[in-house]
Amino acid sequence: YIVTIRVKPDHSGVVTDGVKHSMNPFCEIAVEEAVKLKEKKFIKEVVAVSCGPTQVTETIRTALAMGCDRGIHVEVSGKDYEAMGPLQIAKIFAALAKKEEASLVILGKQAIDDDCNQTGQMTAALLDWPQGTFASEVTIDGEKVKVVREIDGGLETIKISMPAVLTADLRLNTPRYATLPNIMKAKKKKIANMKPADLGVDMVSRVEVLRVDEPPTRLAGVKVETVDDLVAKLKANGTI
Amino acid sequence: MCLWKILVVLQCPSMGCCCKLTLMSKLQVSTFDIQIVQHTNIPVGVEMERFADEADVVIVGGGPAGLSAAIRLKQLAKEQEKELRVCLVEKASQIGAHTLSGACLEPSALNELFPDWKERGAPLNTPVTEDLFSILTEKYRIPVPMLPGLPMNNHGNYIVRLGHFVHWLGEQAEELGVEIYPGYAAAEVLFHEDGSVKGIATNDVGIAKDGSPKDVFERGMELHAKVTLFGEGCHGHLAKQLYRQFNLRENCEPQTYAIGLKELWVIDEKKWRPGRVEHSVGWPLNRNTYGGSFLYHLNEGEPLVALGFVVGLDYTNPYLSPFREFQRWKHHPFVAKTLEGGDRIAYGARALNEGGYQCLPKVTFPGGMLIGCSPGFMNVPKIKGTHTAMKSGMLAAEAIFPKVTAEDPASETAGLHIPEYEDNLKKSWIWKELYAVRNIRPSFHNYFGLYGGMVYTGVFYWILRGKEPWTLKHAGLDSAQLKPAKECTPIEYPKPDGKLSFDLLSSVALSGTNHEGDQPPHLTLKDDSIPVANNLAIYDGPEQRFCPAGVYEYVPLETGEGMRLQINAQNCVHCKTCDIKDPSQNINWVVPEGSGGPAYNGL
Repeated sequence: YIVTIRVKPDHSGVVTDGVKHSMNPFCEIAVEEAVKLKEKKFIKEVVAVSCGPTQVTETIRTALAMGCDRGIHVEVSGKDYEAMGPLQIAKIFAALAKKEEASLVILGKQAIDDDCNQTGQMTAALLDWPQGTFASEVTIDGEKVKVVREIDGGLETIKISMPAVLTADLRLNTPRYATLPNIMKAKKKKIANMKPADLGVDMVSRVEVLRVDEPPTRLAGVKVETVDDLVAKLKANGTI
Repeated sequence: MCLWKILVVLQCPSMGCCCKLTLMSKLQVSTFDIQIVQHTNIPVGVEMERFADEADVVIVGGGPAGLSAAIRLKQLAKEQEKELRVCLVEKASQIGAHTLSGACLEPSALNELFPDWKERGAPLNTPVTEDLFSILTEKYRIPVPMLPGLPMNNHGNYIVRLGHFVHWLGEQAEELGVEIYPGYAAAEVLFHEDGSVKGIATNDVGIAKDGSPKDVFERGMELHAKVTLFGEGCHGHLAKQLYRQFNLRENCEPQTYAIGLKELWVIDEKKWRPGRVEHSVGWPLNRNTYGGSFLYHLNEGEPLVALGFVVGLDYTNPYLSPFREFQRWKHHPFVAKTLEGGDRIAYGARALNEGGYQCLPKVTFPGGMLIGCSPGFMNVPKIKGTHTAMKSGMLAAEAIFPKVTAEDPASETAGLHIPEYEDNLKKSWIWKELYAVRNIRPSFHNYFGLYGGMVYTGVFYWILRGKEPWTLKHAGLDSAQLKPAKECTPIEYPKPDGKLSFDLLSSVALSGTNHEGDQPPHLTLKDDSIPVANNLAIYDGPEQRFCPAGVYEYVPLETGEGMRLQINAQNCVHCKTCDIKDPSQNINWVVPEGSGGPAYNGL
């Protein structure tokens, strides 16, 4: 995930051309958890879904190589893709979850490029399903799911009924490597193609990005010798 | 140490020495690590069998040579309506991410490969419009006329961002049906029982720093082929093994190298001259250190310049730091005036070949062949190697195609031996070009250094085109050229000013390099005591200075007296300079887990 990010000269966003795109790390954890649940025979089929331009199929391929059964690529490109945010994606996922009659929707807790932490929660709300977010442990118990959640105060354990939405946090598991033989086998697995319109989703965004800037360069600090100096400096720049 | 060896052999009886080699080279980090391994419980259930697959041709390396070979093979397959499975493995996370070059591309090979490259959208957006050459002194610049006929005259060439060009080649290859697998590093050469090359194996992943398997441990995969092409670029690590195995270097000189460091800058629009090519020699290097600079103005919409500095790795002063020479060169008034007010957006470094004709090894052996910068077809005075690398890949493909598609290849060995590739090379324009310029680089080894070399070039190349009947020799192995530190003077480098020149660590951050932290360091030492006993004691630790990524540091021992070598393997940008220049030849670069390394975007 280490890439050097540059703001576009017109300040409309960041340069993405030629930059290596990878699967979001929390999504990798989500895929791993889904595959683990299938290996433990709690679920029958894992479908990997992603929304975006053609390059997204490579990421879906990695998910298939990790053990998912089939993929769905929802094509969004151009201006729609630039404006796409958590609400549009949540609408797409909600529509797909209903269409596929899924019992669980597992997502990463947040994307590391926008850090929104909204898609999972919005999907649950649109579906009116229970949600187990920031999951660090997931156990299926009959028709219910026990989720241990990482919260600021510690760990919270909840029991929710399925169908449900779960979002994966860092300590849920360690994702397996997508090995070369599995990547080769994944080429034979199916990836279905569709557009948001096929799911009845309108991609209009109600959010308009006005401007993107780099964070201001950090100014050099000043060392002071005594507490009196510190107080004097704080008074001088109006802090106190 | 013995305990670990025996355990490994028992668990993989069919693998024998190959398996041992892979794991052992990662374990030889330090005796400290091996001691830990002795106490670790090797999980009994670790599956040591490797999955194997067959292709007709396997190509190691997704650079210009590897991709051109793959494309040419598929083009021939399409023309002659034959089926051919071509697999290409590349250690970078995406094609182009480990590619770094100036670069002024001579489109000769590209015109042969894709005559319709323009329609296909090849990113050759900047034709060269101006060609400047200078000799720099500390404050001034002496212009040298760029007469047609001089090797570095760039009329008809294009300034390219080679990473983008390679990425485009990758797309063309995939369209033709080449199976490209980025993020998978070829770590081991596989052999048939008759000694011919059977294919390669990718490295095992999920090994912890101490050598033990983690929960996510996975064995690498074997890719078998009738012929395996090795296009690892300059100083490939598998190529090193092949040279020894098949004695490919018995009739040529040892390869000599240079290190190239590069940055991309967005400059003030008023200073931007798209299509301008600037080269310089002289300051800050002295006349006996080969090297020089380049500065190319790209024409891709925004005022972008690609600039860099090359230092010959046959330099003798262990206090020389190629990185700091590069940084201080930018302060020269002629250079600073272009960069002032600009922003640096990328950094990288890579070793390049300087040996040319005299250093070409045998390039074919049973089961495989070497292509591109790995054997080393760079035309040094022209400062171009991409066109010859591509052409070598194409010639390899043309020689291989009839053999791999033949019903009965009539080969003595299980892996095909195709000496026709070498014959075709010798008849091609690559050979003529390299022969004509063979004496220019070695001509720098005279009392007058740089100036002697320039005079030689002017007289013998410009007038005689390399027809002189003698062939000069290079100085020998680069690693043997360093003088002991006490015979040399330390160089006073200016502090980076943060506007034109920068410190090493912020530069490394711009390269986007990263590696999975919990893996054995891929910079292995054959003998742990040598760095302090030899490199530090005699040469004052030159690896601290020639590594462009700050991998090597001599730090005081926690227990008081003495120093130890700290290897920050995560910083490595895969330039291979340490493997080349280490005076004790103790550092052995092996490939880390695939996807690790720099994340260059169009360098």
